[in-house]
Amino acid sequence: MENKVIITVVGKDTVGIIARICTYLADNGVNVLDISQTIVQGFFNMMMIVDITKASRSFGDIQKDLETLGEEIGVQVKAQKEEIFQKMHRL
Amino acid sequence: MVNINEVIETNKMVEEQTLDVRTITIGISLLECIDSDLNKVNENVYNRITTVAKDLDKVAMEIERDYGIPIVNRRISVTPIALVGGAACKKPEDFVTLAHTLDKAAAAVGANLIGGYSALVSKGMTTADEMLIRSIPQALCETERVCSSVNLASTKTGINMDAVRLMGDILLQVADRSKDRDSVDCMKLVVFCNAPDDNPFMAGAFHGVTEADAIINVGVSGPGVVKRALEQVRGESFEVLCETIKKTAFKVTRVGQLVAQEASKRLGIPFGIIDLSLAPTPAVGDSVADILCEIGLEYAGAPGTTAALAMLNDQVKKGGVMASSYVGGLSGAFIPVSEDQGMINSVEAGAITLEKLEAMTCVCSVGLDMIAIPGDTPATTISGMIADEMALGMVNQKTTAARLIPVIGKGVGDTVEFGGLFGYAPIMPVNKFSCADFINRQGRIPAPIHSFKN
Repeated sequence: MENKVIITVVGKDTVGIIARICTYLADNGVNVLDISQTIVQGFFNMMMIVDITKASRSFGDIQKDLETLGEEIGVQVKAQKEEIFQKMHRL
Repeated sequence: MVNINEVIETNKMVEEQTLDVRTITIGISLLECIDSDLNKVNENVYNRITTVAKDLDKVAMEIERDYGIPIVNRRISVTPIALVGGAACKKPEDFVTLAHTLDKAAAAVGANLIGGYSALVSKGMTTADEMLIRSIPQALCETERVCSSVNLASTKTGINMDAVRLMGDILLQVADRSKDRDSVDCMKLVVFCNAPDDNPFMAGAFHGVTEADAIINVGVSGPGVVKRALEQVRGESFEVLCETIKKTAFKVTRVGQLVAQEASKRLGIPFGIIDLSLAPTPAVGDSVADILCEIGLEYAGAPGTTAALAMLNDQVKKGGVMASSYVGGLSGAFIPVSEDQGMINSVEAGAITLEKLEAMTCVCSVGLDMIAIPGDTPATTISGMIADEMALGMVNQKTTAARLIPVIGKGVGDTVEFGGLFGYAPIMPVNKFSCADFINRQGRIPAPIHSFKN
């Protein structure tokens, strides 16, 4: 069974955001299922749907790593389990 | 598959509109702890609570982390202590030992508050009930996390006026014991008509005798989210207004439902109910009064407020019941004064009076909540205010409550500071005319007739 996580990136657009995050995900066995992005009020917003079933690190660790990585790049990175969005927006 | 706009919407609700889960409350039956030996009861109660709720804080933190949704409070509600301690307690001080035990147990498991230092006396008081009530001032003064509630009336039984009279006096005693701290302990005491058995919100939470061994109840919040949604439909018709509130309440409740299911699964305790209340906090934008203003009132309290609140309350329920099959507790809009910056603004502008608040309690989920009144208000007048609120609940077959704070040494024009989530409150004027002869009558007001409804 898939274990889906939503990763969101919000901040000022800059070169290599997606590359850095995808590299981290690839290195840790996280499979990217979908990527979309948009600009809201001048801010870069990206969302990734990923599957962490085969990840080499725990969800909690991935969350922390991504947060740290975000700080390095200068954007806010959050990872949340998918259910909260499913529950809120789907019957 | 979820799309990016939905994800952004959800995260904005949390980050900008103060959406949170207000509380995960574990209800724990203490009936199995009953013993005729006081020390044994205390030991049983401590062990029972710290066993059942041992992972409460840990699980709440895990859920916060997994879904990125803040869970503000972890709480415990227990069987009314008048029932649990009745066999062992021979004097009010004996009950106070149980309050200390509850306090210690709550601290041990990281619960912010523990409710259930309670008595259910809507028709009559047992000796134990009365002793517990008389112990409330000392119990609340000597503990930090214990909350107390007394059910004084119900639609089926009428109003126990002897208990109403006693509570006026008890409330002043609680106020007096904490007079050096603006009578702050009164916040931890509430009286009810038709108290629900499964309310997760404090100070009125207790684990009713109709409940199972242990249960998870979750209280959601979200006035800020409703307010923001309504900003998008300014000037639109009532139909659009109602649709917007319902959809928003649905989304908010679904978050509560997810949190409740997860908490239930991870703690191994069955899920009870979601309480759909719009619970404000003093944080800017987290206000029920602001919603009323967004609906079209200059201030909460203006003519039309009762109608607007009735509509708001109803739409919140209609949206919420679709989102969760088990809705319970108080479920509606809370209209506390001190915990709601918009409500404080109304009081300061002279837009709202106690009488208007009383009218509003006829159509929303609770009652006169967190209202600071002059410390020299006579006990009989306080009892009169309580009796009025009980009558509203009794006749309208709904829960009503009163959480009044007579602030010793302060009067109209003064302000009291309660701190943190409890905010501050300007002291409101109380009608000066006496009801002493009414309150001093003995006995109870009979249950209302359930037919000939006009």
